[in-house]
Amino acid sequence: MTINAIQDEIIEEFELFDNWTDKYAYIVEIGKKLPDLAEEHKTEENIIKGCQSKVWMTARMEGDQAVFDADSDAIIVKGLISLLLRVLSNQTPEEIAKTDLYFMEKIGLAQHLSMTRSNGLAAMVKQIKLYAVAFQAMNA
Amino acid sequence: MEQAVNKTLDIEKIRKDFPILQTEVHGNPLVYLDNAATTQKPQVVLDALNEYYSATNANIHRGIHYLAEKATAQYEETRKAVQSFLNAERPEEIIFTRGTTEAINLVANTFGRQNVGAGDEVIISTMEHHSNIVPWQMLCEEKGATLKVIPITDKGEIIFEEYEALLSEKTKLVAVNYASNTLGTINPVKQIIEKAHAVGAKVLIDGAQATSHLTVDVQALDCDFYTLSAHKMYGPTGVGALYGKYELLDSMPPYQGGGEMIAEVSFEKTTYNVPPFKFEAGTPNIGGVVAFKAAIDYIQAIGRPTIAAYEQQLLDYATPKFAELEGLRLIGQAENKVSVLSFVFDDVHHQDLGIMLDTRGIAIRTGHHCTQPLMDRLDIPGTNRASFAIYNTEEEIDKTVEAIKGTLKMFR
Repeated sequence: MTINAIQDEIIEEFELFDNWTDKYAYIVEIGKKLPDLAEEHKTEENIIKGCQSKVWMTARMEGDQAVFDADSDAIIVKGLISLLLRVLSNQTPEEIAKTDLYFMEKIGLAQHLSMTRSNGLAAMVKQIKLYAVAFQAMNA
Repeated sequence: MEQAVNKTLDIEKIRKDFPILQTEVHGNPLVYLDNAATTQKPQVVLDALNEYYSATNANIHRGIHYLAEKATAQYEETRKAVQSFLNAERPEEIIFTRGTTEAINLVANTFGRQNVGAGDEVIISTMEHHSNIVPWQMLCEEKGATLKVIPITDKGEIIFEEYEALLSEKTKLVAVNYASNTLGTINPVKQIIEKAHAVGAKVLIDGAQATSHLTVDVQALDCDFYTLSAHKMYGPTGVGALYGKYELLDSMPPYQGGGEMIAEVSFEKTTYNVPPFKFEAGTPNIGGVVAFKAAIDYIQAIGRPTIAAYEQQLLDYATPKFAELEGLRLIGQAENKVSVLSFVFDDVHHQDLGIMLDTRGIAIRTGHHCTQPLMDRLDIPGTNRASFAIYNTEEEIDKTVEAIKGTLKMFR
């Protein structure tokens, strides 16, 4: 599936919820389901510091696709990570690098999560894009 | 005491004084429990701000026209109100700042630079806010001085003997808070000041968290400096005050250069104004300072002992209710506390709890509360903090406890 097709799919899924409690309940559920990152990967090197919670992420190439794994000490952030990975992991670095992420805004999360909270996620998106650019350079 | 409180306090009436408390957040009536960060503003403060800009606005201390004199008079009225509120000896001992942070930086950059040298020591406590840590670190780094830290117990109280052991003739300044923003602990500042004075050190009391809750008497405390923030006292943001003993202020070099703080300026030499003007360069937040008086009057009309007793009642009501929540650990169990309730659940992240309470219109604070060294000492990444003010109710506490229960279920 293309990145935009996945984004549209998520937007559609969220249209089923009519209140914030249900939206968050769903995010918590998928956060709980996201596999934990192995402790050995929760290193200073892999950390993306937010104001309130921590995010760890690893990246690797599998064939022509970039694969990301990530984890957080907070469950809601972990649920949001799960959404981000669904959109951006297992895609080619070329696609990732040029993608325009719009689903967060469309499902209302960007405005609902204040800057301090979304900082860690914004940093994570930036980091994924940096990896994509680096992977492209390595392949060139 | 409690009876007296019930008789004189009409909380429903007080709540009506605060327009924001009538609003909804995410479709729920606002429950505002982040008062240690900033309090809401009563209508009288909003009116005073509006009135100032509608009918008074002019620059102060210079103009000879009607509005300039009116603005100056109102600005100076607030100085007298703060003087009386803190029981300072003279109005000239009150310097207006942007808040506690600027007040502390002012002392570090004037008194500190003048009196702290290589090999000297500054003492703070483990439970200081970053604003009462970093300015002293910067000063010590610049001067080759050492920052010493008073340890605390697991309950969150200063270990007094350890403090006494830190004091020596090298100590030039002790800077501690009156009440901790994270733990609520009320520190024994009078004894701290006495011991510091015995070795010839000066003392700064960070009163940001105490001034709206406790009756403060700077002369009885005998502190050398005292700081406060208006926005934590039902007043506007961007306004605060530094109290300093007059002879100290008089002997200190100026803080920032500019208008207002001078006596005579020529290109060869400038002579400085007297306190407090020596420390108030530039056009201040005049409207905010004027409206701050309305906040002080508001507190005075209710009465600080009444406020303290009511907030204690809320804390005493909330503490056991919260403690019953499964897996809750209270952070900060000092004997004497202001109305701050910090807690953690080892299996539920504070950010998750904070976000879910927010969806129900309940505002608490989560995180390290700008006290990272304290979090390190307690070995936790952050806490959930509910802090109460005069307009909070037992119903709001019940509602919050129920909301936490629901949230815990979701995460467990």
